[in-house]
Amino acid sequence: MNVIEVHQGRLESPFYPRLKALDRLDSWHTWKGYTTPDALFDAELEYFAIRNSTGVFDLTPMTKYRITGKDSLAYVDRLVTRDMQKVTAGRVAYAVWCNDQGQVIDDGTIFHLREGEYRLCSQERHLPWLMAAAIGFDVTIREETADIAALAVQGPTSFSIMKNLGLHGIENLKPFGLMHFDFQGTELMVSRTGFTGDLGYELWLSPGKALALWDALFEAGRHYDIRAMGTHALEQARIEAGYLAAYQEFLPADETVRTGRSRSPFELGLDWLVDFRKPNFNGRRALAAEKLSGSKWRLVKLDIEGNKPAHHSYIYAKPRKNKKEIGFITSASWSPVCKQNIAIGSVRMPHGATGETVWVEVYYQREMHWSRVMAKATVVDKAFWFPARRSATPPAPY
Amino acid sequence: MTEQYDAIVIGAGHNGLVCAALLGKAGRKVLVLEANEQVGGAAVTRRFADDYSVPACAHLLYQLQPQVKKDLGLNIALASDDMETVALSTDGQHVRYSGDRVQGVSDADAASYREFHRRMGRFANLLQTYLNKPPPRLGTKDRKDLVTLARLGLDLRMLGRKEMREFLRLIGMNIHDEVTERFESKLLKGALSLDAVVGTHLGPRSPNTIMTYLYRLAGNAGRLAAPAGGMGAVSEALAQAARSHGVTIRTGMPVQRVIVDNGRVTGVETQNGENFASFTVISNADPKTTILNLVGARHVETGFARRISNIRMQGNAAKLHLALDGLPVVQGLEKKDFGARLLIAPDEHYVERAFNPAKYGETSPEPVLEISIPSFRDSTLAPTGKHVLSAIVQYAPYRLKKGWDKAAREAFKETTLRKITEFMPDIDGRITAVELLTPVDIEQEFHMGGGHWHHGEFTLDQFMFVRPVSGAAQYAMPLDGLFLCGAGTHPGGGVSGAAGRNAARAILGREKSA
Ligand SMILES: Cc1cc2nc3c(=O)[nH]c(=O)nc-3n(C[C@H](O)[C@H](O)[C@H](O)COP(=O)(O)OP(=O)(O)OC[C@H]3O[C@@H](n4cnc5c(N)ncnc54)[C@H](O)[C@@H]3O)c2cc1C
Repeated sequence: MNVIEVHQGRLESPFYPRLKALDRLDSWHTWKGYTTPDALFDAELEYFAIRNSTGVFDLTPMTKYRITGKDSLAYVDRLVTRDMQKVTAGRVAYAVWCNDQGQVIDDGTIFHLREGEYRLCSQERHLPWLMAAAIGFDVTIREETADIAALAVQGPTSFSIMKNLGLHGIENLKPFGLMHFDFQGTELMVSRTGFTGDLGYELWLSPGKALALWDALFEAGRHYDIRAMGTHALEQARIEAGYLAAYQEFLPADETVRTGRSRSPFELGLDWLVDFRKPNFNGRRALAAEKLSGSKWRLVKLDIEGNKPAHHSYIYAKPRKNKKEIGFITSASWSPVCKQNIAIGSVRMPHGATGETVWVEVYYQREMHWSRVMAKATVVDKAFWFPARRSATPPAPY
Repeated sequence: MTEQYDAIVIGAGHNGLVCAALLGKAGRKVLVLEANEQVGGAAVTRRFADDYSVPACAHLLYQLQPQVKKDLGLNIALASDDMETVALSTDGQHVRYSGDRVQGVSDADAASYREFHRRMGRFANLLQTYLNKPPPRLGTKDRKDLVTLARLGLDLRMLGRKEMREFLRLIGMNIHDEVTERFESKLLKGALSLDAVVGTHLGPRSPNTIMTYLYRLAGNAGRLAAPAGGMGAVSEALAQAARSHGVTIRTGMPVQRVIVDNGRVTGVETQNGENFASFTVISNADPKTTILNLVGARHVETGFARRISNIRMQGNAAKLHLALDGLPVVQGLEKKDFGARLLIAPDEHYVERAFNPAKYGETSPEPVLEISIPSFRDSTLAPTGKHVLSAIVQYAPYRLKKGWDKAAREAFKETTLRKITEFMPDIDGRITAVELLTPVDIEQEFHMGGGHWHHGEFTLDQFMFVRPVSGAAQYAMPLDGLFLCGAGTHPGGGVSGAAGRNAARAILGREKSA
């Protein structure tokens, strides 16, 4: 009998030995099969590293696909709602892709690595859909999640660390740009991207050089208070940046069973990503119809009174009489850097226009007993956290 | 400047012709572009040897919808009508049936057959109503859809509680269980099994073979006819009707691609580089060929392209044509019986066994055959005293494991002739020419994907609301200006004209409501 050993436990990223060595909490979870720290030392301090110095996050488990072939541009252009013709080689695009009903399957970033060569990076796995989308195109799609080790290096001192690492020319790298460097004989791709809303970079290279990169990076960052971090810190930063997370702000359309439980790009505030000048893209017909007839939901960013995070709260139009529930919170947090009680939610149209006041029913527990407040909240349109350094090129050396 | 048409129909199969003729009748300026030199697609009569012509695919007419004949005022001359079926036995003890009468079986079987025929006829009639209108869309608020859906429910209720239950029980069932429960006669069971599976990739024990059987009966209660001049005469009559309504038909004009500009259809380009403009392009080609080859998946959406590419449509029926210098001898048959439909399907297990190898990409060592001798009542097909034999032979899978090379074709020809010889011992000496068309040949010569009779397997998951695929069952494809009108759409294949007529009505209906 031919026995093939199958790895049954959690996968370890190539950076695992370094993460493990720094770990003081032993609090891990699975992320797409990989063991991933919630926090290594102290979630709050890790978060403050992002905002005050530099936090390093292992994003190897992020799903990655390589798209190549003669039709790769036509392929990605048909796949996502935005115009990919404008995304030249060396640029990165945030994008969403929809099913035929115009419902979001996922969001992610598309790296135009070289002319006609793309990497699609997303939260969820999508090979069946990507293969179906390839029918009739001369493209090759390869899942390369495990073939690429990746680190997010985020925070005000990250630029100085990159320079210290010897990445010449990094000062010219604009937000959503990418560059290739040599790192000990291996190609290192660096993109000015991230999930924190701050100045930051993501580093991508083959797993064989992962530990060497980690060591070089931490050496380069020694005097810049570089710190490894877990997902808790990242989640905190993500909400402040107003970014969406799959399974929170939306359910991948192919995972929903009930009608009305998925969301269109319009319903997620992503109108700017939908380009109707393109003659065809997935979901175009349905989205054009939605544009005419109106959307059912609206994504709102809320600035909430008080300091109790509005986790899982209902949102109401009025606080007391004729109390009508209009939606719910999808992500919530007290933001230390903004000193604001912030949240992202989903409300029924026409509610939730910018500047509108809504009411959030916040439940909280004190010594076992539950209490409830109706907190007033204002709909804001900008990201909660958007420092000038995030877009400055060259960034200032902190 | 390219000429602008109100509609362009790709393919002059009989459905394309019906659709074009009805659009022409409604005053539209219509162009039909057919790849082959002859019109008719799989409903065609063509010469296969000096002085010998045969209906090259379809040979028996039983599904042509009365509505189609009426709308186009068709008058099709028949060489034979109400043909008898003879289920052949090597010992000459054949079973014969037509209408609700069966001979050569026990009294109990004869009575049981009458009851079977009555009930099947009743269900087929119900089905027939729905073959002649677009299936309603599910989950919409469109009034027409809701009315049709409500009617469907009501019609089912009108059958009466017992019959409705029976209908719903039967529709997904296999023919094998039904015939073994009802009949003793092996020949009768074999013949009815064959009737249910002809043209499909199904065996009599496959699910929904009762439905395929009902489909055969829907329209003319299973009454078999052969047009004078072969099946091509039907297509000629349709082409004539189309021309009389001002339709231009151009043959020898294979369409290379459907032109899509800025997200909508604007015309077609032929293989010889000519362009024809129209904002309505209707394809008589099968759904897969149309979307994946002529339009291109990139012009439609992913989910739709995936569903289309997943349509099961690998043909299993081969066609055998023999030129004969005289009628063969068959024990127990008189001369007049050669005007009948002759079946080689000696028992119900035989048919299933013939199907077994097809599941694994192999041909049947003991095939089943549906034979007609169209020249028997039609002197235009062969010189006086000589004959042509036309036979549908199953199973010959499109995707043969070894590939349909010369050796494989010769071998299957041999197998088939050997089988025929068991029933017609002197046939070998009478044959002057042989033609075998495998599904691969049928695909090449008639441009039917997979060489499939129905342009897509005839199963419940590709039927009614979900034919050709869900969300596209109303002839309009999810690309502005593109329509389908062939056998791959509702209700399915066979020389019926229903798909072509429904498509024309759907297109005209949209114009009206727009
Ligand atoms: C072997 C066999 C035996 C059969 N026997 C019977 C029978 O006895 N009785 C019966 O009722 N039914 C029978 N059928 C089924 C019946 O023949 C078909 O279901 C029916 O003819 C389909 O008609 P259609 O008009 O939809 O398509 P088709 O007849 O396939 O017509 C499509 C037309 O489109 C043309 N076309 C395709 N692509 C292009 C292009 N790119 N450019 C231009 N033209 C194009 C084709 O050349 C063809 O003429 C049989 C089928 C087969 C294969």
